[in-house]
Amino acid sequence: MEISLELSKALYIGATVLFVLTLGGLSNQETSRVGNIYGMLGMTIAIIATLLGPNVTKNFGLIFILMASGGIIGIYLAKKVQMTEMPELVAILHSLVGMAAVLVGYVNFLDDTISFMGIEKTIHLIEIYIGVFIGMITFSGSVIAFGKLSGIITGNPLMLPARHYLNLLVLIFIFYFGYEFVNQSLFDDNLISLIIMSILSFLFGVHLIMAIGGADMPVAVSMLNSYSGWAASAMGFMLGNDLLIVVGALVGSSGAILSYIMCKAMNRSFISVIAGGFGTDTPQQTPSEQNQADVISIDVKEVSNLLLSAKKVIIIPGYGLAVAQAQFIVYEIVKILKDKNIDVKFAVHPVAGRLPGHMNVLLAEARVPYDIVFEMDEINGEFSDTDVSIIIGANDIVNPSALDDPNSPIAGMPVLECWKGKTSIVLKRSMATGYAGVQNPLFFKQNTRMLFGDAKESMDAVLVTLQT
Amino acid sequence: MIIGILKEVIESENRVAITPAVVIKILKLGYEVQVEKSAGARANYTDSAYKQVGATISESSSEIWNQSDIIIKVNPPEKSESASSQLNGNSSLISFFYPRQNKEILKSMAKENVNVFAMDCVPRITRAQKMDALSSMSNVAGSRAVIEASHLFGRFFGGQITAAGKISPAKVLVIGAGVSGLSAIGAAASLGAIVRAFDTRPEVKEQVESLSAEFLTVDIKEDGAGKGGYAKVMSDEYIKSEHKLFEEQCKEVDIIITTALIPGKPAPILLTEKMISLMKPGSVVVDLAAERGGNCCYTKKDQVVNIKGVNIVGYTDLPSRLPSQSSQLYATNVYHLLCDLTPEKNGKININMDDQVIRGMTVINNGEITFPPPEIKKAAPSPVTSTKETKKQNILITKKSIKKTFPVIKFGLALLTLIGIGSVSPPSFMAHFTVFVLGCFVGYMVVWNVTSALHTPLMSVTNAVSSIIIIGALIQISSDNIVLTVMASLAIFITSINIVGGFAVTKRMLEMFKK
Repeated sequence: MEISLELSKALYIGATVLFVLTLGGLSNQETSRVGNIYGMLGMTIAIIATLLGPNVTKNFGLIFILMASGGIIGIYLAKKVQMTEMPELVAILHSLVGMAAVLVGYVNFLDDTISFMGIEKTIHLIEIYIGVFIGMITFSGSVIAFGKLSGIITGNPLMLPARHYLNLLVLIFIFYFGYEFVNQSLFDDNLISLIIMSILSFLFGVHLIMAIGGADMPVAVSMLNSYSGWAASAMGFMLGNDLLIVVGALVGSSGAILSYIMCKAMNRSFISVIAGGFGTDTPQQTPSEQNQADVISIDVKEVSNLLLSAKKVIIIPGYGLAVAQAQFIVYEIVKILKDKNIDVKFAVHPVAGRLPGHMNVLLAEARVPYDIVFEMDEINGEFSDTDVSIIIGANDIVNPSALDDPNSPIAGMPVLECWKGKTSIVLKRSMATGYAGVQNPLFFKQNTRMLFGDAKESMDAVLVTLQT
Repeated sequence: MIIGILKEVIESENRVAITPAVVIKILKLGYEVQVEKSAGARANYTDSAYKQVGATISESSSEIWNQSDIIIKVNPPEKSESASSQLNGNSSLISFFYPRQNKEILKSMAKENVNVFAMDCVPRITRAQKMDALSSMSNVAGSRAVIEASHLFGRFFGGQITAAGKISPAKVLVIGAGVSGLSAIGAAASLGAIVRAFDTRPEVKEQVESLSAEFLTVDIKEDGAGKGGYAKVMSDEYIKSEHKLFEEQCKEVDIIITTALIPGKPAPILLTEKMISLMKPGSVVVDLAAERGGNCCYTKKDQVVNIKGVNIVGYTDLPSRLPSQSSQLYATNVYHLLCDLTPEKNGKININMDDQVIRGMTVINNGEITFPPPEIKKAAPSPVTSTKETKKQNILITKKSIKKTFPVIKFGLALLTLIGIGSVSPPSFMAHFTVFVLGCFVGYMVVWNVTSALHTPLMSVTNAVSSIIIIGALIQISSDNIVLTVMASLAIFITSINIVGGFAVTKRMLEMFKK
């Protein structure tokens, strides 16, 4: 069976609407599951319409094998992944989109059956060039992001000397070869320009993400998410396919908004995040003056006594919760407290973790009902009547100097104001600073108690004392 | 080293310096603990409780004085205790000491190898708050003051509507919102009274209000904050209007708790004969400044006097009247000091005179009197902050003006871009471009509605959706060129991973979000 180009385009429109509904469905938890189904449906319709359309004439068996084997790997990845590893998975999947865009761009360029004349040819070449450029950055950037998130590459920002000029230089070269690419008439010269640009943009992507520190990874990942969308859109322009253009634009703007939200949550401009190198300035106060001896530590028994005598408890999870995989234990504790009629809530900072919404996913994995999980803006006013706040593996997002020290590197970043409550218990391995490299005055506050050790082990011990 | 805990010699003292719960912690620092027989009895800590946690019980105080390396007490050593200098060489004493008042005892104790740490000399800095025994005791005193008042007051504190008529709530005025004042406010408020508070330091207003009390002010603006967070002496004019305020309040309130102290001076008289005469019979005044002469003109130390139906309480042993609680707090304060004195947890004290806190508390170091300590330099004088603030404002203003002009530039640029694109591009491109721009807008509108809790699923689903690039690869796979087919195949393969993986992991995540 074969359908006409017009019919396949009509089906594309249906698919586009379904994709918009997919994103729309995510506006709340109830409709989100249906939204995901819309997405799958849209994708199926788009693929079938293409396969049946006039452009695909042979190799159906090959396509089936490729898609089936790819699909099996995809399912395997999706089933196997730990929720704490979501950032890595998302990053590596982005790299695949980037790679695919590069491949499709090259095939389109090498295909000698496609020919345009005059201005259309110029535009077409520009589209290829831009598509491959974005695809390549997405690819190499995502691979590096994956490496950083999974710990293969150090999370510290790589600070090459004159890195901004280096980036600028590479961009100038890329522009130059773009000019060459469009204006040369010889096919081989064109190809060489395209290949040189691919290598340059590969390096550019590597350098871009290498310079971004661990705490800024949420921004980097959502930025790459955005790029993968723009790459798809560029491919759509190149192929003259509206479906790709619209879907790419949807994804591109979604990633851009996420990046914007993350940046706002850190009170930093997008440019400063992308330029990288956060937290490398030496902190102004020397930590030696305030060391471990000056904080008030607490033991597990006292923690459970504090919790049991509280009326209202707020738990603030951070990346340390993910690292220690403590979300399940924490929820066990929450259940015990809830049974004793203690009001327990979770407060999630937008940039907690290494992915936008990372903490929400971890808590959801532990079956924490989402109606006790609150955003920063919703809950920040409630600390004043909170008896105990437990800070698990978070640092910069509860740092009071963001508000009261204009010289702090994180000055102006909105933070969870847990110190306004009666007592804050901070779970921490040691007195090491957070990713921003800033000392946290919260630890030295009169109403703060430190519980040193691995978050999971500490919480385990608290659970045991609560049960007895 | 051996730590010795003595039974307090003062007849009315119920507290004990270290409780069994704290003994456990001290043992962990590497010390041994010796407790005098029935030292904790009046605070309800039995000898067997001490024995159980690993302390040894000594029959006599002299045994403790002779054998211990560190003596821990609550009250300053009495003359009888210090005169014979039972504190042997190489030993230390930790207790309240009041070196200013007890100069003679201080001198008599200054012998070779003797160290004395005064728990009342904790510097008023944030870091030292965990050892601030005066604050701990003030906290207990404030709370107990309310209980003493309620004991003498013939009525409920809280208001009620009953079948037998309406009970109106008691009105409590707390003068001086320091630690004890705030504690009294909290205790009175939780009994249901209407609480008002007065303090010469305006910065405590917030703390008072956070305990749901009303903060009273006089019309004159004068900041009463002195050194180290204490109050200072106010001007005559201020005191005059303060008196006027108190006179008005005396007519209304049922209970007054005064806590006003000025360091190094006798307590200021705040409640005059006239004011007391204005109070209703049955009212109660609790004077927490009785030790230093009292805030009320009638106050008699350690006594209750009745002036025309108004009871004026001058007890100075309020912390001792809640002995279990105050012993526990004091013991914890002492423990924190011991922690700082024993940085290596090896049971040996190491007096680091470079440490501000330890320097402040050490009144005798190796036989040498080290009181008073040099003044602590106060960091960050206030004028600096104001210049900073103006700077901030300037920055804000410039930012604002940038913001105002920015949209104009943005729109101009956007318009120019559109004109530029429109003038050179062929019709086919314009059609795609229209679709692109609309796509961006739809995406923008839709994504803002996504709840932040679902940002991770949003990323994984958009990731799956962006693999729509597969369409491009599918179109290309039918090429006759084998190289192109192979490249397109690879693209199809990897995007398939992405599509299936992305949707599947999104589904898995979304299923976890349950109410």
